[in-house]
Amino acid sequence: MASKNLKLLTNPLNNENPITVQVLGICSALAVTVQVKPALIMAISVTVVTGFSNLIIASIRNTIPPRIRIIVQLVVIAALVIIVDQLLKAYVYDVSKKLSVFVGLIITNCIIMGRLEAFAMANKPWESFIDGIGNGFGYGLILVIVSVFRELLGSGSLLGYQLIPESLYQLGYKDNGMMILPPMALITVGILIWIQRSKNRKLIER
Amino acid sequence: MNVQSNSYTFIYSSIIVIVVATLLALAATALKPAQDRNVEIEKKQNILSSVRVNSTRENVQKLYDQYITDSYTINNKGDKIKGIDPFTINLREEIKKPQKKRNLPVFECIINDSAFLIIPVYGKGLWGPVWGYVSLVKEKPSRADSAIYIPYKKIYGAIFDHKGETPGLGAEINQPFFQIPFRNKAIFNDKGRFISIKVVKGGADPSSLNEVDAISGGTITSKGVQAMLDTCLISYQTYFKSSKK
Repeated sequence: MASKNLKLLTNPLNNENPITVQVLGICSALAVTVQVKPALIMAISVTVVTGFSNLIIASIRNTIPPRIRIIVQLVVIAALVIIVDQLLKAYVYDVSKKLSVFVGLIITNCIIMGRLEAFAMANKPWESFIDGIGNGFGYGLILVIVSVFRELLGSGSLLGYQLIPESLYQLGYKDNGMMILPPMALITVGILIWIQRSKNRKLIER
Repeated sequence: MNVQSNSYTFIYSSIIVIVVATLLALAATALKPAQDRNVEIEKKQNILSSVRVNSTRENVQKLYDQYITDSYTINNKGDKIKGIDPFTINLREEIKKPQKKRNLPVFECIINDSAFLIIPVYGKGLWGPVWGYVSLVKEKPSRADSAIYIPYKKIYGAIFDHKGETPGLGAEINQPFFQIPFRNKAIFNDKGRFISIKVVKGGADPSSLNEVDAISGGTITSKGVQAMLDTCLISYQTYFKSSKK
């Protein structure tokens, strides 16, 4: 892979992270990070959808009338998500049940439209596809980090397995109920942004 | 071609709408049979798990035929209504009707000589519908007990599910830790009055007749389950009390 393309894939993980730098997709980052498992499912779904909607839009970018481009983008995203959802419902019913609540969230996820508008409308299909996948990963990375903290401190478990031993609870340790609530997700994201910017001063706005 | 022109914009949007609509319609119709089959399998699995029978997608039909001995539709007086398939009743429509007009599905089940009734329930959670299956075990009359005899009074098992409750909060109603406490609770008190099940905030008394723990952070969903059980089961009370079966 050319180094330019590799950059498209790795930049969103850090310096151009969709959540902590572009501040897109915060809404779903708050909603699905109570536990690690839904966060992972959401991350995978968003990665697939950003990748392919970027690919489709980049392929037809020169034909799209500029005045209705947002509508065209939205139609492509919505159609893609619904077709995938129908396929899952027919062939992998269990996964589709887990995704149920997220399907709507994927369509309205600002990252997807943000990448279509900022990248796919001006670049070739292959680069756009890689950019979409990279941004999906960057989004997923933050989602997983936030959900690890929230599930571990809020429920004492990871991926549903109890990690904090029973003996600790008997000593008086209690799960922090605040972690389950959305405000703590916002604060966790805030702390991540803080850590990232203190390490990488280029990101600090003047 | 001028992509800025009005006519181009109109033609472009018409074409994209037609293409996308065709794709969606094709996907929906082609996949419908497979989806319906999944829904049917899931319903049968749910019915079985409400009487604590675990099934897989492969053996569900065999177990269903083995344990579910009869199914029929009744009205709120407990009389059977002919010609309505209980398996396909749309509960969402039924619970909107006044009690007298409801078509109530009943599934009968026999496991190791114990008789059970399985009742589907349907209601509202926080974001969308919640539903479930409740099984009641038939009890024998005991002479020593002065309480009024009601054959189907005790819950044997309950399972719930939801369309889109909050993950980690309301969505937990489909987890065993919420469902298991419903077992052995009674829906009638000793005087034979219908009391349904109450969800309690801050710790239910385990010895209580009809109280179970609500989910912290999932209060509206928990209350939804409570309301669902009340509205759905109340129509059956005459049937549960009568010992025709």
